[in-house]
Amino acid sequence: MYTVTELEEKARRALDKKATFGDDVDLDSFDRTFVPHKYLAEEEICALPEDEQKRLIMSGLDVTDKGRGGTYFQKDTTVIHCHSDEEGIEVMPVTEALKKHDWVKEYFWQLVPVDQDKYTASAFLELHDGYVIRALPGSKSIYPIQACLYLDKENLQQNVHNLIIAEEGSELHIITGCATSPHMKRGVHVGISEFFVKKGAKLSFTMIHNWAEEMTVRPRSVARVEEGGLFINNYICMKPVRSIQMYPTTHLVGNDAAAMFYSVIVGTPGSYLDIGGRIFLKNRGCRAEIVQRSISNGAHIINRGHLIGEAPDIKAHLECKGLLLGGGIIDSIPQLEGHVEGVDMSHEAAVGKLAEEEINYLMSRGISQEQATSTIVRGFLSVDIKGLPGPLKEEIDRTIDTSNRDTM
Amino acid sequence: MLIIEDLQVELAGRTLLKDIDLQIRPGETHILFGPNGSGKTSLLMTIMGYPQYVVKKGKITFGGTDITHAPINERAALGIGMSYQRPPTINGLKTRQVLDICAKRTIDAGEMARSLNFEDFLDRDINAGFSGGEIKRSELLQLKAQNPDLMLFDEPESGVDIENMALIGTTIAQILEKESPRAGNTKPVARKWKERTKMGLIITHTGYILDYVPADKGQVLFNGVLACAGNPREIFQCIGQLGYEECVKCTL
Repeated sequence: MYTVTELEEKARRALDKKATFGDDVDLDSFDRTFVPHKYLAEEEICALPEDEQKRLIMSGLDVTDKGRGGTYFQKDTTVIHCHSDEEGIEVMPVTEALKKHDWVKEYFWQLVPVDQDKYTASAFLELHDGYVIRALPGSKSIYPIQACLYLDKENLQQNVHNLIIAEEGSELHIITGCATSPHMKRGVHVGISEFFVKKGAKLSFTMIHNWAEEMTVRPRSVARVEEGGLFINNYICMKPVRSIQMYPTTHLVGNDAAAMFYSVIVGTPGSYLDIGGRIFLKNRGCRAEIVQRSISNGAHIINRGHLIGEAPDIKAHLECKGLLLGGGIIDSIPQLEGHVEGVDMSHEAAVGKLAEEEINYLMSRGISQEQATSTIVRGFLSVDIKGLPGPLKEEIDRTIDTSNRDTM
Repeated sequence: MLIIEDLQVELAGRTLLKDIDLQIRPGETHILFGPNGSGKTSLLMTIMGYPQYVVKKGKITFGGTDITHAPINERAALGIGMSYQRPPTINGLKTRQVLDICAKRTIDAGEMARSLNFEDFLDRDINAGFSGGEIKRSELLQLKAQNPDLMLFDEPESGVDIENMALIGTTIAQILEKESPRAGNTKPVARKWKERTKMGLIITHTGYILDYVPADKGQVLFNGVLACAGNPREIFQCIGQLGYEECVKCTL
């Protein structure tokens, strides 16, 4: 464990350090001062203006809290709502948790290096807030916990740090939405997330991005999965955004640990999306799967996938499919790395266009060319995510459906 | 009624079909014989409206409407449907969803699938990893859901095992209103026959389908030209004994 002084020193040294991937962002041109907002009671969230509610719903935040096990809601730099309804699940703001509970420090900056780049450094030195969600040993949540990181103030750089801990034998589902208010145009979101999936625990994390056209987004997340643990990481981004660069990394450290990354990306003109995923399989019986689906309607999309097999009897697969529908670039970079005998690793990657044959086939069943096209695109985007509770799966399908209708 | 007059069709600049005249009246089912590469599938695809099959001459009329250059979905809306030999796989699109598209959500996909022992496939991606027989059952199910007036079958028996042949055969007969009459009907059989409206055009190599579907007429397509119209069983017998070339000599 690092001391705060050590972390601070490291962070200061990294303040100008560019990230390995993605376009460089001039953070000095953004404002990081605190923006006070009033704490909202549950019923007050429901009273938010309709267009804001709509954007929240699109990002997975159910304002009525129905079908949710708890809520964390941060607007700009300030927590405006935070509670848990589920027994055995704790939801708290990270700044408060760091003050109140010593155990939180054992997780803070343990997986993500504070000096990885200027974004991590900035998130440490000028942290606004973030959430700690922890499922106590053996607790099982059926309803997902929802977390929403909302940006309202023009030109703000939002620095967030999240800790997600699934204790031994627990089951935790989180749906997290990032969104901007309808009037907001330019801003930066830096989000540090550290995931701890302990022995036999199961954690699903579904992130829905719903940004503004001039937003720059730099998530930095690392997960650690112990023996028999399962980490499902879903990512959906189908709305215009200027630039996203992320490269979530998972370390499968225990025997039979498993991780699945699923991402669905639709990129519009002017968007630069560098979306990666890396999984280290460090012990016997570990399994990993990365499934990426991307559509470019004129965006520049880079799909990186990297699987590293360091132990025998591991199984890893990467599937990356891209559709170019209206110009743009899809750059697919799958990478497999086997370090010992007895690894079983594979990938399939494809970039192409819609098959005329499939469109004609559906048209002969009575639907128009446009309907056939959107039906096929919808199919392309639907990935079978295993291990999610029914309602959450339906919700992901609905989100993709709605966004798909909007984009087509 | 389907009327094809003096049809000439090209694919990628090559003439595949010429001088085609064909009429199918309501209630009639025709069988299309012909060696590989003779243009049978091309004829079906042209009737269905696949744009790569370019009509250079002639006319196709269906139900009084000139459909020679109509897009595929308009033909489907007018009541033309097809059972494909090798349909494409569409990833992420469930068979159940395709049935909903076919039936415009008017039927219960599960119920209908049961009639063809196909419930287990409803939640699988359409045609993904289907065997020959499974494809045929899926195609039939889609046609059944779509319920068009003119049904085009491209080799409905290919890849089907003996066990499933009867199921496929009787289902085709049923949707074409050609099933064997049963006792206890409310209407006299002859009147029911008269009231039939469904039309069929079936491509067959093996002739098995003839055991299940009493077809009205058989024709041989040879080198892109229709020849030798007549009793389907007689034609099939002739082809079996003498080969296609001998069989079409009568008309060439």
